[in-house]
Amino acid sequence: MDFGYLTAILFLPIAGIIVIALLPKPQARTIRLTALTFTLASFILSIAVFCLFDRSAGAIGQMQFEEKISWIPAINAFYHLGVDGLSLPMVILMTFLGFLAVLVSWKIELRPREYFIWLLLLETSILGVFCSLDLVLFFLFWELELIPMYFLISIWGSGRKEYAANKYLIYTLVGSAMMLAGILSIYFTTGSLGMMGLCGLSVASPVIPFAAMFFLLFIGFAIKLPMVPLHTWLPDAHTNAPTAVSVILAGALLKMGGYGMIRLCVSIFPEIALRYAPLLVALAVVGVLYGAAVTMRQRDLKRLIAYSSVSHMGYVLLGIFALSQISLTGAVLQMFSHGVITGLLFAMVGLVYDKAHERNLDNLGGLARRMPVITVVFTVAGLACLGLPGTCGFAAEFITFVGCFSSTAVGGIQIYTLLGVLGIVLTAGYILWMLQKVFYGPPLEKYDGVPDADNIEKVCIFSFVAVIMLIGVYPAILTDVIKMGIMPIVKLIGL
Amino acid sequence: MIISELQLIMPELSLLGFALLVILLDLFIKQKKVLAGVSIAGLIVSAGFTLLMWGAPTVDIFYGMVAVDRFALFFKLLLLVAAGLVILASQDYVSKFERFQGEYYALVLLSTFGMMLMAAATDLISIYVALELSSISLYVLASFLKDQKSTEAGLKYLLVGAVASAVLLYGMALVFGLTGHTCLICIADVIQGLPIAGLLESPALFLGLILLIAGFGFKIACVPFQMWVPDVYEGAPTPITAYLSVASKAAGFAVVLRVFFVTFGAPVWLSLDWGMLFAVLSAITMTVGNVVAIVQTNIKRLFGYSSIAQAGYLMVGLATVGMAAGTDALGQSGLLFFLASYAVTNLGAFIAIIAISNRIDSDMIDDYAGMGKRAPLLALALTLCLVSLTGLPPTAGLIAKIYIFSGAVNHGLLWLVIIAVINSCISAYYYFRVVKVMWLEAPASEGKVPSSWALRTALFLCCLFVLLLGVVPGCFIGIAEAAVRIFGS
Repeated sequence: MDFGYLTAILFLPIAGIIVIALLPKPQARTIRLTALTFTLASFILSIAVFCLFDRSAGAIGQMQFEEKISWIPAINAFYHLGVDGLSLPMVILMTFLGFLAVLVSWKIELRPREYFIWLLLLETSILGVFCSLDLVLFFLFWELELIPMYFLISIWGSGRKEYAANKYLIYTLVGSAMMLAGILSIYFTTGSLGMMGLCGLSVASPVIPFAAMFFLLFIGFAIKLPMVPLHTWLPDAHTNAPTAVSVILAGALLKMGGYGMIRLCVSIFPEIALRYAPLLVALAVVGVLYGAAVTMRQRDLKRLIAYSSVSHMGYVLLGIFALSQISLTGAVLQMFSHGVITGLLFAMVGLVYDKAHERNLDNLGGLARRMPVITVVFTVAGLACLGLPGTCGFAAEFITFVGCFSSTAVGGIQIYTLLGVLGIVLTAGYILWMLQKVFYGPPLEKYDGVPDADNIEKVCIFSFVAVIMLIGVYPAILTDVIKMGIMPIVKLIGL
Repeated sequence: MIISELQLIMPELSLLGFALLVILLDLFIKQKKVLAGVSIAGLIVSAGFTLLMWGAPTVDIFYGMVAVDRFALFFKLLLLVAAGLVILASQDYVSKFERFQGEYYALVLLSTFGMMLMAAATDLISIYVALELSSISLYVLASFLKDQKSTEAGLKYLLVGAVASAVLLYGMALVFGLTGHTCLICIADVIQGLPIAGLLESPALFLGLILLIAGFGFKIACVPFQMWVPDVYEGAPTPITAYLSVASKAAGFAVVLRVFFVTFGAPVWLSLDWGMLFAVLSAITMTVGNVVAIVQTNIKRLFGYSSIAQAGYLMVGLATVGMAAGTDALGQSGLLFFLASYAVTNLGAFIAIIAISNRIDSDMIDDYAGMGKRAPLLALALTLCLVSLTGLPPTAGLIAKIYIFSGAVNHGLLWLVIIAVINSCISAYYYFRVVKVMWLEAPASEGKVPSSWALRTALFLCCLFVLLLGVVPGCFIGIAEAAVRIFGS
C-alpha cells in the first residue's frame, strides 16, 4: 500500500484551493469547475478506498491504509492517518457531500473565489478529523474547521448571520477548550498521543480521575453532536448559513461529535461509559422528544429541519450509549443516513427558497404544481427522514432501536427505547404537516412563474436520492464495514 | 584574559558598533534609507556571530557576570529577528520623524543590545544594568513622535519604569543582604543552605522575592503591573509598540526564567511557592487582559490588552517551571516556543496595522471596515495573525498553546489550563471582531491601501513563520529544547 490514499483524499481539496488561489482573474465558472474537479477526485478516491477495504475477519480491529510519519517529536505527535469500519463511512459521507456541496453552490455570485476556498478548506478539515489517529492531529483538524465555518456563515449567510457565526465560534471553542484539557490529561497519563494504543485505558495513577477526562472530552463532542441542552447554537447556525454549508454542517460536521464519542469516549473509557450510560441515555431520549416537540412549533422551513436534526442526533446518542454491538452499528448507520437525508432536506429547502424566495411556512403553499420534481424529491427525503421502509432512514433507525431494546448495558433501556420510538411518530407529524403546507393545497397566484429544478440541481438531488435508496434496500453494504470497526469496541465493554 | 573573552560577546559588540556607526553616518548622509540598510546589516552581522556560537560549550565570562549559553543565544536570535522586522516595518513610518531618523535606528539597536545582555546576564548587577540600558532607549523611542499622546506615553513609561526599577533594585538589595552575593548561582547556594522550611520563615527572602516579581512584572506586563501598557502602546509610534510588545517582553521573560530557575529553583518548597504565585498571577493576568480587551475601540489599545493576556499564557510556562521544581524542562521549552510563536505573530499583526493605519490615518477599529476589499493581502495577513493569537490551526498559536499547556497539565496545573483555554474562547470574541470588521463591513472609501516593499517583505516573513511553526513545529521545538537543556532536566 505505497500510494497514500488518505493523504490524497485529505489534501486534494487543499490542492484545489491552491489552484483556485493562483488562477489569474478567473471566471466564476472556472472556479466552480475547479472546485468540482477536486472534490470529485477526492470522492472517487474514497470510493476506491471503500472498494479496496479489507473486509476479512482477520482485519477486524485493524486500521487500514495507515500512514505514519513523525511530526512533532518533542511531544511524540505523529502525522498518523488510517481508517477502520467506523471512520470509513464518515469519510465517504464527507467526500460525497463535499462534491454535492459544490453543485449546491453553483449559483453563488458573491466573491466566488473566496467562497470555494473556504468550502474546500472545510472539507479537508472535516476529513482530517475522521482520518486522524493522533490526538494532536485530530485536535488540529477539529479546530481548523471553525475558521471556514465562521467566514462561510458570516459572509454568505442570511439574516442574523454575524450573530450566528459568532455564537457558533464561541460555543465550539468552549467545547474544544474542554477537549484540549482532556487530550492533555490523557497524554500525560499514558505518555502517548496515538488514538489506537489507548483503547481500554487502565493506568494506576492518572493525572485526574478518568471520569473527569471522559467528561472533558464528552462535552466537546456533545456540543458538536449537539446534545440537548448544548444545542442552542445549531438552529441559529443552520438558519443563517448558506445552503451548501447547512448541507455540510448537518451532513458531516455534526457527525464529528458522534464519531468522537465512539472513537475516544467509549473506546478509551469503556468502564466510565458503562457507569454513566443511564444518564446519557436519558439525556438522549430527552433530546429526541424535546427536539421533535420544538420542531413542531417552527414556522421557518430551515429552522424546522435544523431542530429535526437535534431530535435525530438524539437517536445517535441513544445508540452509542446503549453500548451493544447492534446499537452502536445502528448509531453509525444513523449518522450516515442522517447525513444524507438531512443534507438532501437542506438542499431542497435551499432550492425552494431560491425559486420562491420564501421560507415561512405560513406564506408557502401549492407549490406541487409549479415544481413537480422538487416536490417529489422533497417528499422522498421527508419520508426517508420519518423512517419509511426502503429508505436508509428506516434501516438505520430500525437497527438502532433493535440494538437498544436488546441491550443489557443499561437497566430499563427498553422503556427509554420505547420513549425514543415516539420520536418517529412526532417526526411523521411534522414532516407530513410541513410537506402538506409547502406543496399541497390550492396553488397561490404569487408563485405562478416559479421554475422547477434545472439540470445541475437535478443531478445533485438525484444523487442524494440514489444513495438513500441504495442504503435503504441493501444496508449491509455499509453495516458490514461498520461492524468491523464496532466489534473491537464492544469487546472492550465486555458485555 | 578579559580581552579573549571579548570575542564571546561579539554579537553584542558588533551591534553596539553598528549603532554608533549609524549615529556617525547620520551626520553626513542625506539619504536616510541608507541608515536602515546599515542597521539591518548590523543585525545580520550580529545574528551571524550568534549562530556561529550555537555549537560552542557554555561559558561564564567577566567573572560570572554574563553567560554565553544556548538559552542566551536563543533569545539573542529572537531579539535580533524582532528588531530586524521592526526596522523593516518602520520604513513607511519614519517619514513622521523628519530629521531624527538616524537616532531612531540607533536607539532601536541600542535597546536590542541591552535586551541581548539581559538574556545573557547571570548577576544581579549585570541584569540591572542591561535592563536599564534597554529601558532608557525605549523611553525615548516611546515619545519619539513628539505629539501629545506620544509624549504622554513616554513620560508615563518613564515614571512607571523608574518606580519599577527602584522596586526591583530594592528586591535585589534584600536578596543581597540575605545572602551576601549578587551572582545568581552563589545566591542559590546560600539559599539552599538556609535553615528554613517555608517562605514565611524568612521575611527578607519573602519580601525580596515579591519585590523582584513586581519589578520584572513591569517588564513582562503582568497584572497588577500592567497599567502602563494600554497608554504607552496607544501613544508610542506603532513600530515601537510592536517592538515593546515582542522584544521587551521576550527579554523580560528570559530574565525572569533565568533568575527564578537558577536562583530560586531549589529547595523544592521554594520552587513550588513561586510556581503557585506565578500560576495565580497568570490566571488573573490573562483574565483581566482578555475581559478588558473586549470593550476596546482602538486597535493599538486592543493589542495592548491582548499582549497582557498573552503574557498570562506565557506565565503558565513560568508556573510550570516552578511546579516542576527541576524534574523536567517542559515549562522552559514551552515558554520559549510560545515566545517565538508569539513574537512572529504579534509582529505580523503590528506590521499589518502599521501598513493600514499609516494610510488611513486612524487607529480606530471601525475605520478598518472593508479592508478585505481595499487591501486584501494586508487584511489576509492580519487575519492569519489574529487566528494565530486566538490559537486556531493551522498556525503557530495552536501548537504553542498545546505545547505550553501540556507541561502545565503534567505538573498538576489542570485548573490553570482550563482557565487559560476558557480565556482563549473569550479572546476569540475580540480578535474575530477585528476580522469581522475587515471582511464583512462596507468600506468607507474605495481607495486602495498601498504599502512599501520593505513592509511587505517583513509581513511575508512573519506570516511564513506563523504557518511554518504551525504546520511543521518539530524542528523549532527541538531548538527550544536544546536552548533549555543548560538548565538540566
